[in-house]
Amino acid sequence: MRDQRWWTWHIAAGAIILVFLGLHMVIMHLDVIFRVFNPHPGHPIEWANVVERAKSGFFMVTYIVLLGAALFHGLYGLRTILFELNPGAGLKKTLSLLFVVGGLALFVFGAWAAWASFQFAITQPAAAAAL
Amino acid sequence: MAATTIPTEVIFRIRRFEPLGNAEPHWEEYRLPYTAGMTVLDGLRRIKETASPALAWRSSCRMGVCGSCGMFINGRPRLACNTQITELNTNLVLVAPLPNFNTVRDLVPDLMPMFDAHIALHPHLLRDDVAEQYQPTGEFFQSSHEVEQYLQFSYCIKCGCCMAACPTYATDPTYSGPMPLGQGHRYNADTRDGGFKTRKQQLAGERGPWRCHYAGECSRVCPKGVDPAKAIQLMKRELVLDYLHLLKHGCPAKAMGKPTGAKRRDGIPDAPARTIAGAPSL
Repeated sequence: MRDQRWWTWHIAAGAIILVFLGLHMVIMHLDVIFRVFNPHPGHPIEWANVVERAKSGFFMVTYIVLLGAALFHGLYGLRTILFELNPGAGLKKTLSLLFVVGGLALFVFGAWAAWASFQFAITQPAAAAAL
Repeated sequence: MAATTIPTEVIFRIRRFEPLGNAEPHWEEYRLPYTAGMTVLDGLRRIKETASPALAWRSSCRMGVCGSCGMFINGRPRLACNTQITELNTNLVLVAPLPNFNTVRDLVPDLMPMFDAHIALHPHLLRDDVAEQYQPTGEFFQSSHEVEQYLQFSYCIKCGCCMAACPTYATDPTYSGPMPLGQGHRYNADTRDGGFKTRKQQLAGERGPWRCHYAGECSRVCPKGVDPAKAIQLMKRELVLDYLHLLKHGCPAKAMGKPTGAKRRDGIPDAPARTIAGAPSL
């Protein structure tokens, strides 16, 4: 039963990654067409554009969702690969525990970073952001 | 179309193994004159008759139906009875037991792990109405579309060629393998069956279809043209939909009563009497 649940989440995470990675490609590489994501002149990774996106609650949420989806998808895939090497039952449990703890730690750190960026960006005056 | 080369002599190089003897598994070579229409099984029989009476393999029907003579022939799992020498395009025939199984002797693989996994998935109709299942009062109705959902999977002859070709089964003994999973789907897709929840106990666990990498080798080598890889992907979809509570669990097909008002045409005799005592007459 557990594998059925995890597989379903694996597929769902893949779909989320597909959508949000597509959005990332649009923002970063089709910046001339989609100026709405990069309102200031220059490259999408210019300070002013980065701060402009970081001010958006939408981007903060998508960063966190994408982080969670990518972590789950990647770590579950890695766990599957390792399990095909036929480790013993004890090692399987240890590996699963390591992936859960490691994944959660990375997620908490990444989510905090997204939240902190948002908090920092909204305190920046528009004029300063444009510098 | 390339012309088929007809050999005058066929060289059989056969993997031999006698577990009770001291000899390690080794290759032995036999030379036979080619005869028209010769199959690999014909060659093995000829070798047994003339050169090596102790050579062991399984075979029965000689027409690709029983699934007994699955072997590893020239690097690919095939049925020996169904493989013409000419289709190999060489006069050197390498014959070994099916890989991914232990070898009992010579060309006889131990297929019990496959059949254990098969049995665990309840490869038979499971219905709630047990009385109707064992004492049917009529036929279970299915439309032709419903039959098509499982028909190709029902052609499986359990020869084990798909298991021998599966790269996942080769490295992961916990994986059920393409034959048992394909047959699990064959019954899940059958509208006469209501056993999805029972089979899910196995399918949704570690032995289920999740291990499949979709290499597709099982479907490529199947001598009956069954597509177990497709069955496994459909099974994954079923299980995902089941988890999301989106799978429609239709009631098993109802038994149709005996037709009334039908008149037997002239000249058609009555059906013979039932041979099983107590069985209802139709």
